[in-house]
Amino acid sequence: MGHIRGLKCRECGREYPIEPIYVCEFCFGPLEVAYDYKSIAKALNKEKIEKREKSLWRYRELLPIDGEPQVGLTSGYTPLVKADNLAKELGVEELYLKDDTVVHPTLSFKDRVVSVALTKAKEFGFDTVACASTGNLAHSVSAHGARAGLKRFIFIPASLEPSKIIASLVYEPNLVAVDGNYDDVNRLCSEIANKYSWAFVNINIRPFYAEGSKTLGFEIIEQLGWKAPDNVVVPCASGSLLTKVWKSFKEFKDIGIIKELGTKVFAAQATGCSPIVTAIKQGTDVIRPVKPNTIAKSLAIGNPADGFYASQVVRETGGDGEDVSDQEIIDAIKLLARTEGIFAETAGGVTLASAKKLIATGKIRRDEVTVICITGNGLKTQEALQGNVASPHYIKPNIASFEEVLKKIS
Amino acid sequence: MAVKVRIPTPLQRLTQGKEEVEGTPGKVIDLVSDLDRKFPGIGERISENGKIRRFVNIYVNDEDIRFLNSEETVIKDGDEVSIVPAIAGGAQPGMVVGTREGE
Repeated sequence: MGHIRGLKCRECGREYPIEPIYVCEFCFGPLEVAYDYKSIAKALNKEKIEKREKSLWRYRELLPIDGEPQVGLTSGYTPLVKADNLAKELGVEELYLKDDTVVHPTLSFKDRVVSVALTKAKEFGFDTVACASTGNLAHSVSAHGARAGLKRFIFIPASLEPSKIIASLVYEPNLVAVDGNYDDVNRLCSEIANKYSWAFVNINIRPFYAEGSKTLGFEIIEQLGWKAPDNVVVPCASGSLLTKVWKSFKEFKDIGIIKELGTKVFAAQATGCSPIVTAIKQGTDVIRPVKPNTIAKSLAIGNPADGFYASQVVRETGGDGEDVSDQEIIDAIKLLARTEGIFAETAGGVTLASAKKLIATGKIRRDEVTVICITGNGLKTQEALQGNVASPHYIKPNIASFEEVLKKIS
Repeated sequence: MAVKVRIPTPLQRLTQGKEEVEGTPGKVIDLVSDLDRKFPGIGERISENGKIRRFVNIYVNDEDIRFLNSEETVIKDGDEVSIVPAIAGGAQPGMVVGTREGE
């Protein structure tokens, strides 16, 4: 039933069979899943999608699995919120938030990619899944893997905050805390992936895992009434999400689900880690690695694997990139909560603050339809707001004390 | 003296298993041609149309050539050159792995 042709090198085009591999043996380029779009166009249409369960698997023909979905059956299909209060604040006519602060079950868009990765890992026959992560990915692999009955090895830097460690440990994975920074953990995991026959979701399963991000884009189009937006603003860490959102829009066009596609794709990064946006602004295709220094830790990748492709998409679609300071990130988190009642993690602050700047400078037009992607929940990174929110009104347990406060407020 | 060139595991089949080979000083891109004469086939694996392939990183004395003068970077006698696949992983000491995913 699958519609996959094989794996294909993004650089030199060499083709490979469907296996847990991720690098072209010839030119070292990344491998990507290649589909048979003619057969998908015959098998999939709007009516069929609309009849299915409201999960990311409603677009299953465009996901790289052979059999039935096995993991994350309740993940995806998050709200697309029409943000009228925020639109008024930013001075635009039509604004939407793709709200992945509420993806089931671990409250970030990583539940999308992990659902696909673990289904594929089961198809390949792996009994152990693994990842290198410091937060959202660790939580998602720990949770989905628990339900799917898989052994789990989660590798983290030993210096991680206790709250993030607990949010993984509760699912009882094998949590390995490495004496080193995230780059050290990542490098070690590459070695472990070579030696042990495990499904490392973001290493040897990466070509399949990354495809899960497309479901965010499919949902945006469906929820806009089968239309692509004029603008979409996407946060960038490795750059993978941005390239896959664009790929999803193109696929819906290619198989005839939408007739027109003129979306401009915009990249958002924190100034303290903005290798992709810097390349976009300088008009170069060389991504210069940086040492991250930002409160937006979930986006803090100094040497982004898909940075080149992300900057290409931005250029190709006539979009742009913007970066924002830590204070702008905090202000945007508060703005989003105040106007739309959504508490986003720091990455959401980056995306909204960048969108705000792009609107102010006229790069995003006020009379167009814009979607901002909010990819994780603020309850996970509360420490980022320490000292930046008001204090409670402390009172005695009597009416007089309360009314004293009331006088001050009004 | 010559230039020391460190060969990554996937290309050692072309260098008869040698991890380190010698090259002639000069521009990086000329070094690639020099290596291809000595080890036929290695040139097209690391370069295309006179440019180093995007997912191959070349370091001269631990500095990425993209931050020097790219393909035109001049290598002197005694310099050390490392050829490193950007996302292939593996246990190359000092190697920079293209990071895949954040938190």
